[in-house]
Amino acid sequence: MAIRINGAEVEAPEDARVSLLDLLRERVHLTGTKVGCNQGACGACTVLVDGERVLSCLTLAAQVDGRSVTTIEGLAEAEALHPLQAAFIDHDGFQCGYCTPGQICAAAAMLAEVAAGAPSYVTADLTAERVPLTREEIRERMSGNLCRCGAHNGIVDAILQVAAERAA
Amino acid sequence: MSRIQNAIIGSVRTAIGWVPAQWLPGGTPDPLIGRNAVIGRQASRLDGPLKVAGKARFAAEIAMDRLSYAALAHSPITRGRITRLDTSAAEAAPGVILVLTHRNMPRLNPLPLISITDLGAVGNSNLPIMQDQVIRYNGQVVALVVAETQEQADHAASLLEIDYAAEEARTSFHDAKATARVPASILIEKNHLSVGDAERELERSAHHVDEVYRTPGQNHNAIEPHAVTVAWEGEALLIHDATQMIAASANAIGKLFGLKKGQVRVVSPFVGGGFGGKGLWDHQIVAVAAARLIGRPLRLALTREGVYRIIGGRTPAEQRVAIGADPEGTFTALVHTGYSIMPPYGACPEQYTLGSRALYRSKSFEVVQRHLDLDIVPNTFMRAPGEAIGSFALESAIDELAHSMAIDPIELRLRNLPERHPTTGVPFSQHALGQAYRDGMKRFGWERRSATPGMRREGEWLIGMGCATGSFPYARMPGANIRLTLRRDSSATLSCSAQEMGMGTATVQTQHAADRLGLPLDAITFELGDSALPAAPFAGGSSQTASLAGAVVAAADKLAGELLRLAGNDSPLAGLRAGQVRLAEGSVVSIDDPNRRESYGSILSRAAREEITVAAAGSPPIEFLKFAIHSTSAVFCELRVSTVTGEIRVDRLLGSFDCGTILNPKTATSQLKGGMIMGLGLALTEETLFDERKGRIMNASLADYHLPTHLDVPAIDVIWTGIPDPRTPLGARGIGEIGITGVAAAVANAVFNATGQRIRDLPITLDKLW
Amino acid sequence: MNPVEYRRPATADEALTLTGSAGARLLGGGTNLVDLMRKGVERPSLLADVSGLSSLIEPTEGGGLMIGAAARNSAVAAHPLVRAHYPMLARAILAGASAQIRNMATVGGNLMQRTRCLYFADTAGSRCNKRSPGSGCDALEGFNRYHAILGASGDCIAVHPSDMGVALAALDAQIRILSTGGIRVVPLTEFHRLPGDRPDLETALEPGELIVSIELPPSSVAARSAYRKVRDRASYAFALVSVAAGLAVRDGRVEDVRIAFGGVAPRPWRAFRAEAVLLGRPPTTEAFEEAAEAELQDATPLSGNSFKPNLVRRTMTAVLSELAGDDR
Repeated sequence: MAIRINGAEVEAPEDARVSLLDLLRERVHLTGTKVGCNQGACGACTVLVDGERVLSCLTLAAQVDGRSVTTIEGLAEAEALHPLQAAFIDHDGFQCGYCTPGQICAAAAMLAEVAAGAPSYVTADLTAERVPLTREEIRERMSGNLCRCGAHNGIVDAILQVAAERAA
Repeated sequence: MSRIQNAIIGSVRTAIGWVPAQWLPGGTPDPLIGRNAVIGRQASRLDGPLKVAGKARFAAEIAMDRLSYAALAHSPITRGRITRLDTSAAEAAPGVILVLTHRNMPRLNPLPLISITDLGAVGNSNLPIMQDQVIRYNGQVVALVVAETQEQADHAASLLEIDYAAEEARTSFHDAKATARVPASILIEKNHLSVGDAERELERSAHHVDEVYRTPGQNHNAIEPHAVTVAWEGEALLIHDATQMIAASANAIGKLFGLKKGQVRVVSPFVGGGFGGKGLWDHQIVAVAAARLIGRPLRLALTREGVYRIIGGRTPAEQRVAIGADPEGTFTALVHTGYSIMPPYGACPEQYTLGSRALYRSKSFEVVQRHLDLDIVPNTFMRAPGEAIGSFALESAIDELAHSMAIDPIELRLRNLPERHPTTGVPFSQHALGQAYRDGMKRFGWERRSATPGMRREGEWLIGMGCATGSFPYARMPGANIRLTLRRDSSATLSCSAQEMGMGTATVQTQHAADRLGLPLDAITFELGDSALPAAPFAGGSSQTASLAGAVVAAADKLAGELLRLAGNDSPLAGLRAGQVRLAEGSVVSIDDPNRRESYGSILSRAAREEITVAAAGSPPIEFLKFAIHSTSAVFCELRVSTVTGEIRVDRLLGSFDCGTILNPKTATSQLKGGMIMGLGLALTEETLFDERKGRIMNASLADYHLPTHLDVPAIDVIWTGIPDPRTPLGARGIGEIGITGVAAAVANAVFNATGQRIRDLPITLDKLW
Repeated sequence: MNPVEYRRPATADEALTLTGSAGARLLGGGTNLVDLMRKGVERPSLLADVSGLSSLIEPTEGGGLMIGAAARNSAVAAHPLVRAHYPMLARAILAGASAQIRNMATVGGNLMQRTRCLYFADTAGSRCNKRSPGSGCDALEGFNRYHAILGASGDCIAVHPSDMGVALAALDAQIRILSTGGIRVVPLTEFHRLPGDRPDLETALEPGELIVSIELPPSSVAARSAYRKVRDRASYAFALVSVAAGLAVRDGRVEDVRIAFGGVAPRPWRAFRAEAVLLGRPPTTEAFEEAAEAELQDATPLSGNSFKPNLVRRTMTAVLSELAGDDR
């Protein structure tokens, strides 16, 4: 088995203590995935495993052996920017840029969750098949990604723009 | 700071008072004010594409051959000594290269403390760093373990066997008040300010308020934890750091390790948030020492807990504010005193009374800060040190007074706005707080506020509005150097060791240079983040943009002179002197006769030069001694309070700012909102839990220290007067810290308006309400 | 973190074999266990990753629902049957942690997660009877705002942090536990032990046992149910207090009711006394408050959480009032 990272196969480390986050940053040198707390409290290390957003700091690399991992470096095709990446620039959805890859990965997965009809804590009607993507829905669904510079408004605006483009 | 310093500052101010204003820097307004092209326009961050793609490399992300990894061990006791230290198990653990303790740590002098009078001093603490077995605060570094992998280093650190003999420690804020110290100065202000007899005026005032306001400790919590990647090559030292003070750190570390100037290079092109916390602390020093001992590159990335243990935050404080007013609401007495922690080995005085000295007229003033000495990691500068919490106390008190007098709180403030600086008497450079309030009221819909608390209700929610004033002084730092290279193809590169922590440093200075040189934006490159470049001051005190702008002004002036010299007698410019030309449209242009001009390309071609380079430093920043230069703001908040649970939800927040020219509305809006959001945290959720029984921080994690989440942050509105400051480069004043000031009071005042409950103890958690 | 071996058993039986060895711990999503290993609270030498075992969510013959222990929290919350028939469970799960963590966390792991007491997590600097039996409890006189007012002891005042578990307690969930001897079933309300003088013993799960699934019986109150969580920030924080409740009203009287509290006790706290007070009574505010008082009569608030009884009473009354809606 192997871990597929942005399409390339990487062997799981021998030391079972190595987290997916450390595998990415220190061994594969994909440093776009950030370490903010290393304890599942900030979301900076968010990556996609088989398309779902998870925290790479609390995921042992061994746990994703045989699975597919997408990081910020693999989100877009080749050198192009993913629509969310472009929208984050347009709406100034970051300042220092450190929580940004995690926010963008989380947002990408979040839009897929909404498209699949998954509710959130603030969804009024849990049985509705389609969840209206309000600012409040985005804010609740993105609350696992902390930002200390205070780029929250720009992040929500960027996500709304991409959602609107997709709906169009 | 010392009494001597008071005397020096005082005499300089007196002397400066005799100098005509036009002789000072800023005496003639920056000619760029009003004819800017790129400045003032929306511009996306130039480093945006790197940041969103995960390609911006931060300090812990530099790959190196034979890189080793380090982990720290911290003292779990607060005061005492190490009595037994057994490193054998750690040393025997797989992959371990070095265990560094006070036994084998090189002997080093303490760092000189950060000082206003010595800009080369950058220590946040002047305690010895792993030099002896003495424990001086809980969390102090006692060992560093280096191994082949991070996992091995972390594990080996857990195998250290250390016994301690604990001694009684000073950990009680309350108890320490009995032996509080009264420092002579707070930064460059004389600490004790007494005008008239404020206590007597208070007693006989028609209306008064006299209350105590408490704020807890807080931590910066930049999402990037502190980290260094260090490599020695012989006597040359390379440090990839996350720092707000690149040049000064390089200088200080060089001195500490006995290196020559130029042997230390600090590189820090991206910093994942600083807010005052990313200075020089113990971790850089032990990492540098360990890397030298092992002869290999080394990475030390602090754990989140490690950041709490060895990087100080904002001190807790207890402030008394008393205001007396006559029947018309004119202030007759303003008292602002209080206690905060500042151990003798720390550097930050938490200047919470500065706003009270500068914002309102009063017949009398009594202002003094007292410092407590506890055994703790030294507290430091955290976004708007002083003003963030000082404005909570002052602006809550004004709201209380307004309510007791049945006057609109904005009206009460407007009645007491000063014409000149209320305690020094010097003129303001520019001051439009009244306009900021009027603009803000209109935009926010202040008229919908009910003067009587508890009147607006929707379902279980009570709704209230509040407002408060924010303020922050202008600063421009000395020692800002720029190297400017202009090429024949009319492109230019500006270089200095400035810092980028998310403010958009390069973006805004690129805009500035484009206008200053009369070139398009894409012709300019701005290099920063490297101590090998000409030295720039630290990023702090909301000063970096003004400091760099002053240096760019000086470099452009020098460039104009050099270009005139190169142009010589065959140019339409022949005979003109430096003061008679300006740089515009890619050319040197006569001010009196704009038809007399020559392009940069033409001048350089004729002189057979590919490029020309000048280096210059900004003028000494003495403008602030002659003028009171302050940014101010009016902050408005609307929120809901649940009558069931006491939960608070902020629905609207507006900041109306008077802070000079806005250089880039896009990045400025973000920075101002960012400050305001940190203000929401200060108001509602943030608190460092310091267990006084142990002297230990108990919530050293992002799970237990509550930063605002997306759901806590409403859509925020930001507006500004945009009036240029005639005394500053570009007419701009700093905006990095003004955003947080006033927010906590606006929130607390809105909570009062919603519920009738006055909370004087931050954060306003739900249990304080019902 | 200590060196550790990682294994991924292919079957439940294989997992049972592994759990029998000394130093073995079952690994679900790892969202709590990995963190505690880094902190040195947990020091297993073997991790048996059971997150690939049964994650099925399917209706039972009796009209209930069976949830595999390895089902992800997010999958349970998004499941159409859960959303339609057990809204309090969906809402409780969605109130917990963040979307990323809910994608990782398993139902079994959620029940096995450990307290977030600050002193429990602080291996270097604090005493804790749960982590180190007999060492003392620094929370008793320390920061105990988040701690228990019900079911605690002089040795331990920690709370169980689960949101999902609170809804499961209210829904009479049954935990199916596998050992080499076969399956045994434990009601969720009895699964977590009260601390007494052994706070280190936390659940009914014995060494060599494995949670395989959670069974939800059919319920007359589940379809009309709610979960309300009260916390220090709007999202991504543990509960100060939470209330799960389901209510059935017939002819103006409470026909059936289920109530459970989170954030107040060492286990998801089923409010049996409050339910007993309400049965057969008109669903009035007064009745709800009286029921809350009955449940809270043995409450023992601490120095830092004297607000909790009142907050429980108010929140419970509000939740039930909203459920009663037009029926009163």
